[in-house]
Amino acid sequence: MFRRTVLAALAATVALTLAGCGDDTPAASSPSDSPSAAASLSGTVNVFAAASLTESFTQIGKDFEAAHPGVKVTFNFAGSSALAQQINQGAPADVFASAAPKNMDQVTDKNSPTTFVTNTLEIAVPPGNPAKITGLKDFGDKSKKIALCAPQVPCGAASETVFKAAGGTPQPDSLEQDVKAALTKVSLGEVDASLVYKTDVQAAKGKVEGIEFPEASEAVNKYPIATLTKAPNADGAKAFVDYVLSDKGKAVLTAAGFATP
Amino acid sequence: MTLHAEIRVARGEFDLSLDLTVEPGEVVALLGPNGAGKTTALRAISGLLPLGDGRIALDEEVWDEPPRTFRTPDRRPIGVVFQDYLLFDHLNCLENVAFGLRARGVDKHAARAEATRWLDTVGLSSYARSRPRSLSGGQAQRVALVRALATSPSLLLLDEPLAALDASTTLHVRAELGQHLDRFPGHTLLVTHDPLDAMVLADRLVIVEHGRVVQEGRPTEIARRPRTDYVAQLVGLNLYRGRASGNTVSLSEGGTITLAEPASGPVHVAFPPTAVSLYPEAPSGSPRNTWPATVTGIEQHAHTVRVRLTATPAGPTTLLADITPAAVADLHLSPGQPLHASLKATEIHTYPV
Amino acid sequence: MSRRSRSTIGRLPLVLLLPALLGLAFLLIPLVGLLAKAPWSTLPSRLFSTDVWDALRLSLLCATAATAMCMVLGIPLAWLLARAPIPGRGVIRALVTVPLVLPPVVGGVALLLVLGRRGLVGQHLDAWFGISLPFTTAGVIVAEAFVAMPFLVISVEGALRAADPRYEEAAATLGAGRWLTFRRVTLPSIAPGVVAGAVLCWARALGEFGATITFAGNFPGRTTTMPLAVYLALETDPDVAVVLSLVLLIVSVVVLASLRERWISGLR
Repeated sequence: MFRRTVLAALAATVALTLAGCGDDTPAASSPSDSPSAAASLSGTVNVFAAASLTESFTQIGKDFEAAHPGVKVTFNFAGSSALAQQINQGAPADVFASAAPKNMDQVTDKNSPTTFVTNTLEIAVPPGNPAKITGLKDFGDKSKKIALCAPQVPCGAASETVFKAAGGTPQPDSLEQDVKAALTKVSLGEVDASLVYKTDVQAAKGKVEGIEFPEASEAVNKYPIATLTKAPNADGAKAFVDYVLSDKGKAVLTAAGFATP
Repeated sequence: MTLHAEIRVARGEFDLSLDLTVEPGEVVALLGPNGAGKTTALRAISGLLPLGDGRIALDEEVWDEPPRTFRTPDRRPIGVVFQDYLLFDHLNCLENVAFGLRARGVDKHAARAEATRWLDTVGLSSYARSRPRSLSGGQAQRVALVRALATSPSLLLLDEPLAALDASTTLHVRAELGQHLDRFPGHTLLVTHDPLDAMVLADRLVIVEHGRVVQEGRPTEIARRPRTDYVAQLVGLNLYRGRASGNTVSLSEGGTITLAEPASGPVHVAFPPTAVSLYPEAPSGSPRNTWPATVTGIEQHAHTVRVRLTATPAGPTTLLADITPAAVADLHLSPGQPLHASLKATEIHTYPV
Repeated sequence: MSRRSRSTIGRLPLVLLLPALLGLAFLLIPLVGLLAKAPWSTLPSRLFSTDVWDALRLSLLCATAATAMCMVLGIPLAWLLARAPIPGRGVIRALVTVPLVLPPVVGGVALLLVLGRRGLVGQHLDAWFGISLPFTTAGVIVAEAFVAMPFLVISVEGALRAADPRYEEAAATLGAGRWLTFRRVTLPSIAPGVVAGAVLCWARALGEFGATITFAGNFPGRTTTMPLAVYLALETDPDVAVVLSLVLLIVSVVVLASLRERWISGLR
């Protein structure tokens, strides 16, 4: 555990140094068709984003860079709570996109957040659904192998909510540390079913199958995004958030399985 | 029951080829300079090194006969005392001695009782619980000996058993080892480079040089009639080869020696360094066997001084003389100094090559 | 003895002493960070939750069982590498270190691919014997042993190489076969290396996270070891994570210090 903390600290230090250098580089001329129409965007935008945003934000980052030559977007994808801690420990983040409002709340130095997407749970089963899972009631069947997210992490908290709504007690064999781990167990066929986000099922298309269930609407997961008050590149941060909220950004996110509010 | 060993081992440049027999109760010493192949022979007999060719057998019991037969060391009735003893440091003395018995299936209680008895025979029963590293060299040697003897082996092998001891303890330990070997009814093979160990402990010597047996016989025989320079040096004799005709021997290295008794044909000529006297001037009367000589080296021995000389062209190329320290002082000996060496013909010993 | 060691320290060159102290500080600074961050006032109440003790008990049990497994399999493997005339020894030795190089999570996935319910070997274990390792305590032990074994193998192999094989020869001439010689002579003579390897192995197993959570999952009382509990606590309550880490640290330091003393003194 310490190793992770130390590494994060080292990474933060390196990032800080790099960001500092970035500030000194002369600004490249910004094209006039930039959506934010910022006078001169330059340097690096450090985006700390929830792991579940990895694919869509990477795409958005490329699009953003194409729209703003001279700006570089770097991402730090990790669990939202780890990111919140890194930011509070002084990591040089410009933008924070969290998978839960709670983790956004933990960050003190931020501008007011906006919910940019929502995500709902879906049952993930291995291809062909060998255990014939049909709905949440199968999660209480002890003969089935079930992996759920641990209640400490957002997808686990959401899972608890839907089970409460469905009125059943799940019998999990494992409480996974994050949604990707839960998904891995499904795709390897180690478990018969898990509850993961729609976006995760979408990303793992072909390796897992998704089954929708009505109680999912009880736990709509809101993703807030915010620029940070201590952002080394405030202009870049604002431009990036604007881009995420633009139609172009929304299109990428919807394609990944997110719903937009 | 006789141990027959025809040892053929080739290792790179070195090849060892020697035949040995050891009778029951006999102590045979394998004597030779370092690198002669003595230890290799011992390892082959004990099974730590498989033969390349040849045969090792105790009577009808074949131990090694490539390519068909090979008995691993643990299946040979042997006991080995290694040069540095190789006592197990994690076991106390009693457990070291009991190790062989335990390995051969004796139950713990009986093995300990037997080991205690063995430690008693070398006066070390009070060290039963001591770790080997706390023992003196002589004590460790005795523990190693009884560890090897405890399993009542048919063949006892000793690899330089006294080499690790300091001079003051060697004398005592050697005498004691001799007593144990006398009592041991099996075959004993002793490997050593020390002629004194070999002479004192062995019934028969086998001299090995460059992987070959060069001379074999009883210690007195070898001491009297060395056949190689190495053996002569070991037994402290001047040795030359030459051709005798009447009372004169023409040495093969040049020079002549006059004998007291006539001989003929190729002979060995041997005499002790004490038979040589040194004079600053040619002695009057000019006896036979007096040569001008030059000092090439001086060594202090226990009670005498050994002087190395060269007496060419009239006499031997190298000549050893033992003189008293007083004589050294009288002669003001120093290397390079010219002298006259005189040999008493009556102390010369000749025997056919 | 003390006089000798004092004079030795007196002669220590600064060029060694300085980096040595820096190195020690580097290793200990994260610990200082934890101690500084620890919520001392609420510490007792946080400690007396059954979850903590369950996780601790499971951690100690699994690390010890994994170490035992590593010794049973690893010492013979080390012997093979050090003594047996096998071809491709260098390659095999390099392969032994694979678990060190592999990110533990990848190691966990690899274990799932082999020993999982659908794994190469695991599917047969499941079909024939009804044995399924993932999500069980046995699975935790397997994952920890996989990651920790190289530490044991490497240090035991080193000890074997340094040991004088002539003692084994002496044992053979006393009538001991290969196995007896190994047990009664080789093993005791390399005991310090085995102890050092076992200590490393145990410590590595105790701190194991990635392979464990990937292969064995996370279920309290069954597969939630301390590192897993720490990781999950960090998600919600970092203070608890700090407390758990400290408990794990203190227990491991106490166990290692006391065992080491006993083992080493037992050898003398």
